[in-house]
Amino acid sequence: MKTTITVNGQERSLDLDTRTSLLDALRETLGLKGTKKGCDQGQCGACTVLVNGVRINSCLSLAVMHHGDAVTTIEGIGGEDSLHPLQQAFLTQDAFQCGYCTPGQICSAVGMLTEAAANWPSQATQDLSAAIALTDSEIRERMSGNICRCSAYPQIIAAIRDVAGAVA
Amino acid sequence: MRPFTYERATDVAAAVKAVSQTPGARFLAGGTNLLDLMKLDIERPTHLVDVGRLPLAAIEDAAEGGLRIGAMATNSQVAADPRVRSRYPVLTQAIVSGGSGQLRNKATTGGNLLQRTRCAYFYDTGKPCNKRTPGSGCSALGGLNRNSAIFGASEACIATHPSDMAVALTALGATVETLTADGASRSLAVGDLYQLPGDSPQVETNLAPGELIVSVVVPPAPAGGQVYRKARDRASYAGGLASVAVAGGQVAFGAVALKPWRAERAEVALAAGASPAEAAQAELAGAQDNGRNGFKIALVARLTVAALDETRQGRGA
Repeated sequence: MKTTITVNGQERSLDLDTRTSLLDALRETLGLKGTKKGCDQGQCGACTVLVNGVRINSCLSLAVMHHGDAVTTIEGIGGEDSLHPLQQAFLTQDAFQCGYCTPGQICSAVGMLTEAAANWPSQATQDLSAAIALTDSEIRERMSGNICRCSAYPQIIAAIRDVAGAVA
Repeated sequence: MRPFTYERATDVAAAVKAVSQTPGARFLAGGTNLLDLMKLDIERPTHLVDVGRLPLAAIEDAAEGGLRIGAMATNSQVAADPRVRSRYPVLTQAIVSGGSGQLRNKATTGGNLLQRTRCAYFYDTGKPCNKRTPGSGCSALGGLNRNSAIFGASEACIATHPSDMAVALTALGATVETLTADGASRSLAVGDLYQLPGDSPQVETNLAPGELIVSVVVPPAPAGGQVYRKARDRASYAGGLASVAVAGGQVAFGAVALKPWRAERAEVALAAGASPAEAAQAELAGAQDNGRNGFKIALVARLTVAALDETRQGRGA
């Protein structure tokens, strides 16, 4: 099925089996291997990408559902010569060991910071009428859809806290 | 995954027509549950009608101070809506206690209501399950049924409904508006959307083939505080073992039946002046222990008391 998706700012025309997940279209058809396949069932967050600026699990979405959408993967977040502040913070804070979950963590964190800036509540939000303050418990809760089996969580929180603090 | 054809619906009536007239067709909204089940060969649609882009995502003021939530509004949008947060905090709390940020960004209001059970035997295609394969038997009866139903179960099925959002909507007395295959609109209480398993657990709702949920209408909030309390095995991103939604004197339980369970006996007891513990007991007298899930009876009692105490202290009032 003919599907056109803007990926990292570039319009890409694809002809896909309807069963192709957005994740497989990115990795296998477009060769963007930065986005990782972990559980392939929405539980680990390794496949997190931004669709029209909003973070989703690309494994639980069909590519054909995203005809006309703008997708940003880790390759579009930043490169070696142009690290996104979150990428730099992950390096500075040593926020990974094996690195497999890292692209998903960073894409998720980008989306999460946008959500917090828009004052979206989370389960950790005590006062639904107050402005969101990105405390560690808020960051932890908002990032719970991203698993790190090396358990670099303290450093991941530190990296996100650095960037969230710089934004705030 | 089995092959299927796909179309993106551009208007509501055409979407209903497409699903009702195409054998094997299903609506696709966020897809977070349906696609997962298709990968596992539990759902086998031959045609998907994508309703995700239909103009059904608005959240609008309804008559007499209520709120009409479009079926395609995402869980994140509903939870973050200022009117939901101020008038129906129990709904925001319930939604943000479910899934992950990524899932809530994709999951829709209509899809959330129609998500299917997380019973492990429903997912395990190597095991009998009357819901998946009618007549094959219920593996959860006598099996690892720690998370099974304590209300409304049958010999055919003891699964639970997994939605948090639906529990809050049930406590709030919300109704679902639909469009039927013959073009008629109808509305039914969220509690009446679902069927208990009986001897046909494969039939889960009272929706007719092709009938589409177009919106959910939440009536004006009852007087009194609101709160959602959920107990589970880990602090975040996990289904509930049990949950309780309170809105004033209205109470609903989650993860205890194949539908969000309106605790009417508890409400009657509360109205008659019973204590929270007595009210919980009034409902739980009818609860059933299936072997490994008996702990839920005490858990729901404690959650109910905690939730009622919290609302009486003013949180979310």
